[in-house]
Parts: sequence; structure tokens; C-alpha cells
Amino acid sequence: MAKELIEGNAAIAEAAIRAGVEAFFGYPITPQTEVLEHFSKRLPEEGRVFLQAESEVASINMVYGAACAGARVMTSSSSPGVSLMQEGISYIACSEVPVVVTNIMRGGPGLGNVQPAQGDYFQAVKSAGHGDYHMIALAASSVQEAIDLMVLAFDLADKYRTIVIFIADGAIGQMMEPAEMPPMRPVRSPAERASWALTGAKGREHNIITSLYLGAENLEQVNLRLQAKLKKIAENEVRWKEYSTEDADFLLVAFGTVGRICQTVVREMRAQGMKVGLLRPITLWPFPSARIAELTRRVKGILTVEMNAGQMVEDVRLAVEGACPVRFYGRMGGVIPLPDDIMPELEKLDAEIAGRKEVK
Amino acid sequence: MTITEIPADMELVYEYPESLTKAYTHYCPGCTHGIIHRLIAEVLDELDVREKTIGIAPVGCSVLAYYYFDVDMAEAAHGRAPAMATGLKRVSPDKVVFTYQGDGDLASIGIAEIVYAANRGEMLTTIFVNNAVYGMTGGQMAPTTLPGQVTTSSPTGRDVETAGFPMKMAELLAVLPGAAYVTRQSALDVPGIRRTKKAIKVAFQTQLAGLGFSMVEIISTCNTNWHMGPLKAIEWAEEHMVAYFPLGDTKVADAVKALRGGK
Repeated sequence: MAKELIEGNAAIAEAAIRAGVEAFFGYPITPQTEVLEHFSKRLPEEGRVFLQAESEVASINMVYGAACAGARVMTSSSSPGVSLMQEGISYIACSEVPVVVTNIMRGGPGLGNVQPAQGDYFQAVKSAGHGDYHMIALAASSVQEAIDLMVLAFDLADKYRTIVIFIADGAIGQMMEPAEMPPMRPVRSPAERASWALTGAKGREHNIITSLYLGAENLEQVNLRLQAKLKKIAENEVRWKEYSTEDADFLLVAFGTVGRICQTVVREMRAQGMKVGLLRPITLWPFPSARIAELTRRVKGILTVEMNAGQMVEDVRLAVEGACPVRFYGRMGGVIPLPDDIMPELEKLDAEIAGRKEVK
Repeated sequence: MTITEIPADMELVYEYPESLTKAYTHYCPGCTHGIIHRLIAEVLDELDVREKTIGIAPVGCSVLAYYYFDVDMAEAAHGRAPAMATGLKRVSPDKVVFTYQGDGDLASIGIAEIVYAANRGEMLTTIFVNNAVYGMTGGQMAPTTLPGQVTTSSPTGRDVETAGFPMKMAELLAVLPGAAYVTRQSALDVPGIRRTKKAIKVAFQTQLAGLGFSMVEIISTCNTNWHMGPLKAIEWAEEHMVAYFPLGDTKVADAVKALRGGK
């Protein structure tokens, strides 16, 4: 299929349709509304289900219900709306039904603004809902990658019977880029729905989907099963991209839009003679900790750049375990850090490390 | 759990509906949930829809209802059953989907979800058990607690000046065009229970005929948290609850009247 100029939000929705999504339930919120609008036009055309819910609380529970029926289903929102979904996300995680959620992040906290931001990293990676679990968290840095990751999101959700969150800052959702859509996959027929799904107790025991386990030992067993699944995901599904890391003295770690801006930083710094590389996590959970740890054997220092007050940098530090200095540069409130902001931070890091050596 | 075998020389006058499992329920002695479960199960059997029925259990005393109905079931978050049921039904339009909800679940935390499900005319059936109290958490004031009624969180009686008035859900939903059949019945005596069963049947028939949303509110008792014996609780409900929550249909769409007229 040829490339076409397409807006990120529309691309996300269309990619989900190509991936065989059977139903979308959502609520308007900037800067993700075009996802909902695209679905509202295209899903009925395809004979599939679109419903604008009364709230994000309802959306996520509609998604939960449709997932219990064994349908491929998703919802989409932006930061404050995703906050409202946390209850449902926790129930879905414990019930182990496959669901895809997208968060086109905006500035926060509170109502914040509608500018692009990455302030929901903690929410996506560490603190979704109550209880012990993780979502698989995928982050794109271009419209093409958003398309590819949406398809992957559904496959991972089904493969592990888990919840997958696709997160992008508002810039990815709003910008237009040339991108190629995947071919249309056939929609799963009702007869192909999973054996655990609620399809009617015909010729079998009745199926129950619940997140309630009253006995302490019972619930511990459920948690152990969830943790074993998460461990398997962590072992098999870590994804990232590297740029010029082969000979790098300094490593940038950045995701999403900033991950892309940092590619420019790598080029500019190398033109100035500083050997800079970039690691761009694609799965924020599971995090590419092992690879970062490996790179610390070679690099002198790491600069993590984010559109927040410093969230992913905590995971970078955990991966590095003090093996080299890890510094942070971030902008908040919807301000996008530009190469001219980031490059002096690398120079500062270089000077800091050189200074330390002099002291020795 | 074992069920005693019927001696071969005795006539079978009672049996479990197929739509009920043979599990013993956890409900308190005197509770009306067991009666209501059985009525639903009998209706599912009579309509021959057990194998295509999917139920959504609430948070509250009936949170474990999925152990008692022998149909596919999911457990919802508090108040969210109508949203879950909406998602489920939209992707499985050939199934029969019902929610089973209490007053705290439906009329307080989940009021947005029930109002919108009804307003959209979702092809769902809701069984709403109103016993004027939060049972599972130990008898706190519910959205349907009566004025002056003493509960553990209204120790001097519900003060409508500060707590507002009991929610009349059957009346509230009746004004919505998407609601095809809304009625309030009771599980307090045999005639009431028989009428309740008829109403439950009409509600499921409304769904099967694709006429819109249907809800049966059922005035019930909670003798444990009302601190009364079962009989005294029934008397109290008849005297006080039925006075505030009048029994009868609040909405019967013309198409439902036609459907009912055949009988």
C-alpha cells in the first residue's frame, strides 16, 4: 500500500480498524478527539460498533464488557480522561481480558492544557489503578510508528490476555505525516471468540469473569499468576531503538516526540565532535533496562530528556544502578524541548564528568 | 455440596430451575435475594434462553450472583454493570443480557450508567433490588433509605435537609424515551412475588423483541441490617417502603403493551 499524508489521531483509529477492532467506546477530549471522530465515521461503514459513551468511566466499562464477550475492542482518551478510567483498568487487568487503551497525553496536572506532554508516564508504567499489575505500555515517536504499534497492541493484548496502553503526546496525535497503512485484516467472527469468553453456556459449564477473590490465599494465587505472566512479558516483549550507540561516549534516553527530537541532537552533537548516541524506548513497560545497563559499560554519562518533571529518568537510574552519572532535562506544561535546549545539557554533562576526572 | 436425592416413590413437586446452579447461597436467612434469583431463573427457563443469556453481577450483597445463576456472567465494578452490559450486548446482539443491581450500586454510584443505558434504549434487562440500605458494608444509608430511617451512617434517622430524598428510580427512568418497560414490584408476599415474576418475564420479552431498555425494581427487605426478624421486616417494608415507593408500572411502551396483550 502506498504512503499517504495522514494525521496521527486518524491514523491510530484507522490502524485499529485494519487490525480488526470490532468496537470502540469513547468520549471526546482534546487532543485525542479525532480518534473518536474517525471511528464514528469508519466503524459504521465497516458494520462494526461505535458508541460515544456518557463518560470515560462508562467507556472503559463498556470496553470491559465487550472484551468479556471476546471481541477485539479499544477506547481512547487523553490524560484527565485516562485518570477516570483507572478503576476499570484495574478490573480489566485482574480479569485478564484483552483490551487496548490509547492515551494522547496533554499537559497536567488537573485540567492542565491541551498541549503535548509526557506527564502520564508514571500512570501508564507504574500506577494505573489500584493493586499489583502492569499494563504493556507502548510509545510512538512518529505517525508510522503509531500505526505499527496499534496493530502490535491488539496482538499483544490477545496473546497475553492483558491490557495494553498506547501512549503518545499530543504532538503525535495532531501532526500529519506520510505513512503507510497495514492491509485490512478480517474481523474475528463470533464463532471464533475465545473459549473463556462470555458467549452463552451452551454445551459447557458457565463461564465467569471476575476480579473478586475473597480468600487471601485465593487472591494471592491470582496475583502470582498475574506476576508470572508479567514476567513472561518482561522477558519477551521489550522493544527499543538505538541511534549511533556503537561508539557513543554519551547516551541520550528519550521516548515519543522528544525521542525524535533527540535524533537531531545526536546529529548536531556529532557534527560538533561529541560522540552522542540515543536509546529510544518503545515499550515503556517492560522497560529496556538490561540494554541500558549494558550500554553503561561503554558510555561516560546519560542524559534523559522528557516532557515532564522527570519520570522515566527514575527507571533509567534503576537500570544504571550508579554505574555512570544520569542527568535529566525536561520541560513541562506542554513545552517541547528543542535541540538548542538539549545540547547545552550534554555539554554540561561532559564538563561535569571531565571535572570529576580532574578532581581525581 | 450435596443435594438430597428424591426417593423414587415420591412425586417431584419442586426442582431447581436449570438457570440456577445448585450452590448454596451466602444470603442471610430471611433475605429476598434468593427468591428474586429463582424468579429470574424460572423466567430464563420458560423463555428457553439460558444458553444465550449473559448476566452482570453488581458490587453489593449479590456480588457473588455469578455462582448462583447457571449462565455466563461477569462481575462489574460498583455501579458499572449497565456500561459493561452495554459493551457486551453491542458486540453480541443475539445474546440476552441482564444486570442484577442493588440500590447503592444502581441509584447512587452507578446512576449515570443506568440513566444512559436506559436513555440509549439498550436492549438490556435490569433487575433492581431496592432494600433501602447498603447491605454488604453493614447497613449504611442508601440512596433509597427512607426519611427518618435509622442506619449506621444516619444514626438519628435520614435527614432530608442534609442527605436529600430517596431516589425514585422507576419514576426517574420512566421519563426516558429509550426505556420501554419500567415497573416497580415487591418480593414481600406471594401475590407480590407472582406479579414480580410476571414483570421479569415481560422485561426479558421486551429485550427479546428488541423494544428497548427494561427494568424491574423490586421492593425487598434486609432484616439483618434493619435489625428485625424476617416477618417484621416484611411488615415494615409493606408499611413504609411501599408507601414511599408505590408499586406498579411507571412505563409501558405501546409495543410492550401489545406484547403483553397476547396473554
